[in-house]
Amino acid sequence: METQAHAHAELEIPYTVQPRSDTGLYNAKLGIWLFLASEVMLFGALFSSYILLRTGAATWPRGWEFLNVPLATVNTFILIGSSVTVVLAWANFRLGNFKWGRIFISLTVLCALLFLMNKGFEYHHEFVEHRMPSSSNFMALYFTLTGLHALHVIGGVIVFLYLLMPGAKMWKTAPARYTNRIEVAGLYWHFVDLVWIFLFPALYLM
Amino acid sequence: MSDQAIPSTAADRLPLPETAAEDQHTHGGVHDPNLHHSPEEIKREIRVYLIVFAALAFLTGLTVYACYGLAMPVHYAIIIALVIACTKGFLVAGFFMHLLSEKRLIYSVLALTVFFFSVLMWGPWNHFVDAMGHK
Amino acid sequence: MTDQLNKTGSSARHEDLAIPSDHTNAEHHGPPLPWIQKYVFSTDHKWIGIQYGVTALIFLLLGFSLMLLMRLQLGWPGHAFALLNILGPGRATGGILLPEGYNQLGAMHGTIMVFLAIVPLAVGAFGNYVVPLQIGAPDMAFPKLNMASYWFYFVGGVIMLTSFAAPGGTPASGWTSYAPLSIIATSGQTFWLTGMVFLITSSLLGSINMIVTIVQLRAKGLTFMRLPFFIWAQLVTGFLLLLAFPPLEAGAVLQLMDRVAHTSFFLPAGLVISGEVLKVAGGGNPLLWQHLFWFLGHPEVYVLILPAMGIVCEVIANNTRRPVWGYNWLVGSVLFLGFMSFVVWAHHMFLTGMGAFVNSFFQTTTMIISIPSVVILTVFFVTLWGGSIRFTTPMLFALTFLPMFGLGGLTGLPLGLATADLYLHDTYYVIGHFHYIVAPGTIFALFAGIYYWFPKITGRKLNEVLGKIHYWGSVIFINGIFFPMFFQGLAGVSRRLYDGGVQYAHAKAVAQATNPFMSISAWCLLVFQLPFIVNIVWNVIAAMRGKKNVGDNPWQATTLDWAATTSPPLAHGNFAVLPVVYRGAYEYSVPDYHEADFLPQHVPWPVTPRSSGGGTMAAPAVAQREE
Repeated sequence: METQAHAHAELEIPYTVQPRSDTGLYNAKLGIWLFLASEVMLFGALFSSYILLRTGAATWPRGWEFLNVPLATVNTFILIGSSVTVVLAWANFRLGNFKWGRIFISLTVLCALLFLMNKGFEYHHEFVEHRMPSSSNFMALYFTLTGLHALHVIGGVIVFLYLLMPGAKMWKTAPARYTNRIEVAGLYWHFVDLVWIFLFPALYLM
Repeated sequence: MSDQAIPSTAADRLPLPETAAEDQHTHGGVHDPNLHHSPEEIKREIRVYLIVFAALAFLTGLTVYACYGLAMPVHYAIIIALVIACTKGFLVAGFFMHLLSEKRLIYSVLALTVFFFSVLMWGPWNHFVDAMGHK
Repeated sequence: MTDQLNKTGSSARHEDLAIPSDHTNAEHHGPPLPWIQKYVFSTDHKWIGIQYGVTALIFLLLGFSLMLLMRLQLGWPGHAFALLNILGPGRATGGILLPEGYNQLGAMHGTIMVFLAIVPLAVGAFGNYVVPLQIGAPDMAFPKLNMASYWFYFVGGVIMLTSFAAPGGTPASGWTSYAPLSIIATSGQTFWLTGMVFLITSSLLGSINMIVTIVQLRAKGLTFMRLPFFIWAQLVTGFLLLLAFPPLEAGAVLQLMDRVAHTSFFLPAGLVISGEVLKVAGGGNPLLWQHLFWFLGHPEVYVLILPAMGIVCEVIANNTRRPVWGYNWLVGSVLFLGFMSFVVWAHHMFLTGMGAFVNSFFQTTTMIISIPSVVILTVFFVTLWGGSIRFTTPMLFALTFLPMFGLGGLTGLPLGLATADLYLHDTYYVIGHFHYIVAPGTIFALFAGIYYWFPKITGRKLNEVLGKIHYWGSVIFINGIFFPMFFQGLAGVSRRLYDGGVQYAHAKAVAQATNPFMSISAWCLLVFQLPFIVNIVWNVIAAMRGKKNVGDNPWQATTLDWAATTSPPLAHGNFAVLPVVYRGAYEYSVPDYHEADFLPQHVPWPVTPRSSGGGTMAAPAVAQREE
């Protein structure tokens, strides 16, 4: 339990940094895994809908008939790379290397923005070819699933920008708590990557 | 190397053991990846991350080549792509998310989730396979 | 008789055992918070609980009012009621509800009651206020997230209400929003979908907070099997919300795409509306919506009932002065119930053409899920045996919950059997079934909770005379509304008919015989809520003026929430020193303990008398309430 040695306006919630002994977890760690469990159910429902609509359809196009597989492959490498950078960031913060931690978080954000930019090119290309969500269920699923995924990428970018800039003040006052925030944000980010790992073949390669 | 002085209140201390003796200390039998790794161990972890990255890159190339490069028929493509995706997913979850060394409570939550996820995958689809007038 | 002395005549003594709040350390907490941070964007679970409670009770009254308007028409179809004209010309003309207007009221009544009233009250209000106190924690695990979840709920509610002003009116496709009707419905339906996204977000943040709080912030010595059943119920409810809502969120996104981006997730090709073929790509499946909706919808009804069961357990144990019989059965049952609730959903879809295997599967799981409910009810009934029952107002409501929930549950059995459901589906039998569970079931339990915890929040007990008037009027007239519904359903009266069924020859006689009686009961029920409203408002005002009339533990209860001082001050933590727990939650009438007929969880054995020094209790201090 945290000490009450210093006066401050915030309430002392136990186990924000030190893990509770019987669960072995600090609060945010359990919290983020619970959140990720709910996200598994969210994307699971969408995959389930995909399966249902595809098996119920008389015909279904192969991904490359309408989509740019090479560009999406590059995007996959970028996103996986961003997962590496974020875990390297966390390792550096644990080593006390604030500077390198920040560099790796910035690289993560950069990768995410590249990913979104490529997605933008993809969408633009589809619109130019007059392929809209309303054109077919294939396109509807493509736009909805990748769109929701992209929203999650944007959410991650916002969190990392916060941790890079206004949130970085916490490194000076509570570095362990800050490192935990990086870990927790990183877990979310890996999940975003994980969804793409399944989304990419499901839409582009099948 | 540390860039700035780190305050030393107990709650805020970086989770690095300050002495070798402390490194052996188990905090009530709890193993926490945060608390028990020396700088050497963390650097070894970094090597693992890079190896996993290489594996993921390779598997990505493999799945694209197998399904798209070889224009595999749909049924084979689905199986190959899913097997490779599950392998990649296992690597990301197991190593990047440290699931391989996570606590039992997290495993329990995820086991429950995986079960309900499977129900969600099976239910709507099974309805149509088993629907009246379908066969 | 509310301050009855316990067996040994020493009711006052254990009020000294309250643990002081941290108010004495106020000067260590920095300058006082500005008003907007203290009362609007508060991060204190107690104030957030009150915010949820007040908002939810207002929505409850609103949802109730919509039903009252519907029942005017149902009781006397074709008869003009000037009151109905307040709904505006799009919904009612000449004092008669238009069919579109009736559908709007029906959809909004269901949506408001389920998503804006009951769940926020049961989980947001009771959960947030009571859980940290009952587990001996200073607050919820994530106070800022807690604040966010209230405001997401508020915004979602506002969006739902704004739909009344939308051209074309409110959502009108039932609270279930079935496709394809909901896809072609007016703009109000888009409000429903957007509002639901906010509500689901609120629920998600709240459930994460609840689970982490219960798992991580339990006081020292408070093992899982020493938890009050209320906490178990909230824990399982948290998991239901966490894992079951996302598929509905996915469905809502898909339906939004269908409506706004003209996709065809739920629209088959060749759909003909008013003689014209709908121009969409097609290939979609309306039943996909039903699966996604009911995957949440079924666990949702357990979200409606579990916190209520938790409240009933607390009130019954406290007012029988004996331990709960079969606590382990309660825990096992609630865990099993929560798990099973995920695999029964398609019993809402027995008439959609599913095959024999699927029908049988869901029928079997539905029959199995009735078992833990019966076990829980049995535990409560047996707990009454040999108890010294105190018929306080909360106890009256809690006792009545038992047969009312029992009736609701029993009437679920023919609905869960696919063959019988062929006849009863979409009739008033269903409406009677689920209302018995939620209205004289859950709502009565929530009333019990309000009467029970009001003294903790305010330092005043609600008036017993008004409480008993509220109780007797409610129990009589709520049965008057819902009991005849079973006969209507068996006679074949369909639901969602804006004239109550009189347009159908087979239904006309039964409808005409029962509907007026039910409508009169509904309006009488309204009358008997007035003593409740007056009771609350009066006592809240008196409490705000500092006029407390009870101490910290007026019910002589054992759980940690009663170990906190009355109305623990905001933002300063609930306990000066976090309690340590030595025993289970229901140690009433402990055989070798003669000081009182209850032994609180946080008191070490043996108890030393107060103020004579020694012992392990801090000197009691009654915290001043924050202004």
